[in-house]
Amino acid sequence: MERKYILSVLVQNNAGVLCRISGLFGRRGYNITSLTVGETTDSRYSRMTIELFGSEYILEQIKKQLAKLVEVEKITEVDQTAIFRELMLVKVWASKGSRAGIIELCNVFHASIADLSTTTATIEMTDLPSKNNALLDLLSEYGIIEVARTGIAALQRGEEYLSLD
Amino acid sequence: MLKKGAHIVLECLREQGVDRVFGYPGNAILSIYDALYDYKDSVRHVLMTHEQHAAHAADGYARATGKTGVVLSTSGPGATNLLTGLSSSYMDSTPVVAITSNVTKNCIGKDSFQEVDIFGISMPVTKHNFMVKDVHSLADTIRSAFAIASSGRPGPVLVDILSDVADNECEYTPVVPLKPIRPLSADDIDFAAAASLINESSRPMIFAGGGIIASGAGQELRELAEKICAPVALSLMGIGCFSRNSEKYAGMLGMYGTGTAAACTQDCDLLIAIGTRFSDRSVPLPESFATDAKILHIDIDPAEINKNVPSSISLIGDAGRVLTELLPLIADKQENPLLRHLQKKAVPFWESTGGMRPSRLLETLGRVAGPNQIYTTEVGQNQIWAARNLPVSGPRKFITSGGLGSMGFGLGAAIGACIGTGKPVINIAGDASFYMNLAELSTAVTYRLPIVEVILNNRSLGLVRQIQKTACNGRYSEVDFDRPTDFCALAKAFGAKEWKIEKEADAEAVFLEALALGGPCVIECTIDPDEPV
Repeated sequence: MERKYILSVLVQNNAGVLCRISGLFGRRGYNITSLTVGETTDSRYSRMTIELFGSEYILEQIKKQLAKLVEVEKITEVDQTAIFRELMLVKVWASKGSRAGIIELCNVFHASIADLSTTTATIEMTDLPSKNNALLDLLSEYGIIEVARTGIAALQRGEEYLSLD
Repeated sequence: MLKKGAHIVLECLREQGVDRVFGYPGNAILSIYDALYDYKDSVRHVLMTHEQHAAHAADGYARATGKTGVVLSTSGPGATNLLTGLSSSYMDSTPVVAITSNVTKNCIGKDSFQEVDIFGISMPVTKHNFMVKDVHSLADTIRSAFAIASSGRPGPVLVDILSDVADNECEYTPVVPLKPIRPLSADDIDFAAAASLINESSRPMIFAGGGIIASGAGQELRELAEKICAPVALSLMGIGCFSRNSEKYAGMLGMYGTGTAAACTQDCDLLIAIGTRFSDRSVPLPESFATDAKILHIDIDPAEINKNVPSSISLIGDAGRVLTELLPLIADKQENPLLRHLQKKAVPFWESTGGMRPSRLLETLGRVAGPNQIYTTEVGQNQIWAARNLPVSGPRKFITSGGLGSMGFGLGAAIGACIGTGKPVINIAGDASFYMNLAELSTAVTYRLPIVEVILNNRSLGLVRQIQKTACNGRYSEVDFDRPTDFCALAKAFGAKEWKIEKEADAEAVFLEALALGGPCVIECTIDPDEPV
């Protein structure tokens, strides 16, 4: 049975580490939906958040193959109760007449308008991917010019954190 | 002490106890080869004719001795030529360190002469790799490379050094390397569970692979087999870890293995797999493999557990360490119904064509060479005949490219094994494999190596042709090597002695003479192309 899984991986911040990890996924045939990476407060380490789709067998293999890499320090599976956020920027056609409708949608979704021109509006939203998808659906009637989305960033709730020990 | 990068490389090799390296120079690696000149008495270089075979030589050296093999090559084409050798080492988990030189810092990323992103290219086929852009991290990087190559599940590590790094200076202090790690993660609960599984079984069998050899756990394996009265089947990589003469030896398991081993897996209620990864050659159809049995999988690499074959219980750790912990917990068994499969007489696989039989030739060779002989093989029919028929008596005496199956591996590996052990080595080859590495005969001659190259010449790409016979209805597409090459004249041209055997009866005398020679030689045996494995 296949479903979505999210892994948080702490890696050494070396040149080529992103290439090494994405290479691993490519050659083992794993299906990666999204991947974000950024430095942690300790500049020696970066945190990768990997969203994948597959079976439990695939998940186990991915975790074990990642663990074999010298530069991977720690791997955890982010559970469903964690905080997930994805940033989305959407540019739509917006004339004087349609502007009000767009602003209304933004209010409902707690999104903001990052840019406004005489013909376009760029909406910024940071939320669960499902909420972002919902806003995108509703914005489509205005005519979507382009969309830029990041992958998922995730942190566990409460005191739990990804540590090196 | 202030030293140039190139000298630091050599000093680090000495720290590791490296006294032989295989390689091929070039422009980018000039400084390191110049430094090598000053280390002639402590780090001796073997000049091969192609970087691929230098990598195979480092690999053969590692497999024969257990020490880490070292290969040097220049940038660009020199580095890319290593890839087949590195992949072979990666697939068979052997400890090799490859040191390549790249262009200078200013030239990187500009499509410079002989520039190639070997760091990027070798990532998928190395256990780990490094690119050294600063001389201050050079020594520690090389030390890490050796530690990674030889600890846990061994594997090849590549270190790419920019050529100006080799010319820059920095402080160098020697460091004594730590012993390689032999890990053990299984705990008391795991061992208790595994012991229960074994004690409750009535028809256990053992399937052992290369991990037993890497761990040096032949004795523990023997003890286990005796204790639970179990038949032992081996993977291709495991050949030599258990005695063929034992009444518990079931033969090789898998695609080209024995019926006895297959019967045992069908009939057992517990399969104890040690140091093997259940490759698709050992277990072509995992869904129908040992369906009535539970599987206890013992391996150093947790990623292999449940990768190809699901197991009931696993013990993660070095094979020898795991078996040492496990043996005291296991009760003796007095009998095992599986052993009746071993009493059946071996049925020959196919009718022979009427020409010389490779099985007979190799049996004779084995008898003449004696129990301590080291063998290497090429890939294909020659490899299968060798695996089945050579009387390999111990670990590190049968060196073959199992996981990658690279033709051309054998002669380079034989050179490495010979240099490493100082003992004579016999390479079993096909004619097609020989075409891939024949120039290395000149290396064997130059270094006066006692290597016997046995060419089973069927003037074709044998195994592919055999598969085409059935799978493609005899449409032999591009497998014809019926070329007018005179292999004996070729051997002579390189300066090696040569013999040609055309009748089985002549074989023994030729083998005796060749082995008494103590130098490189070629024995060509004419085999019918229709002779199947």
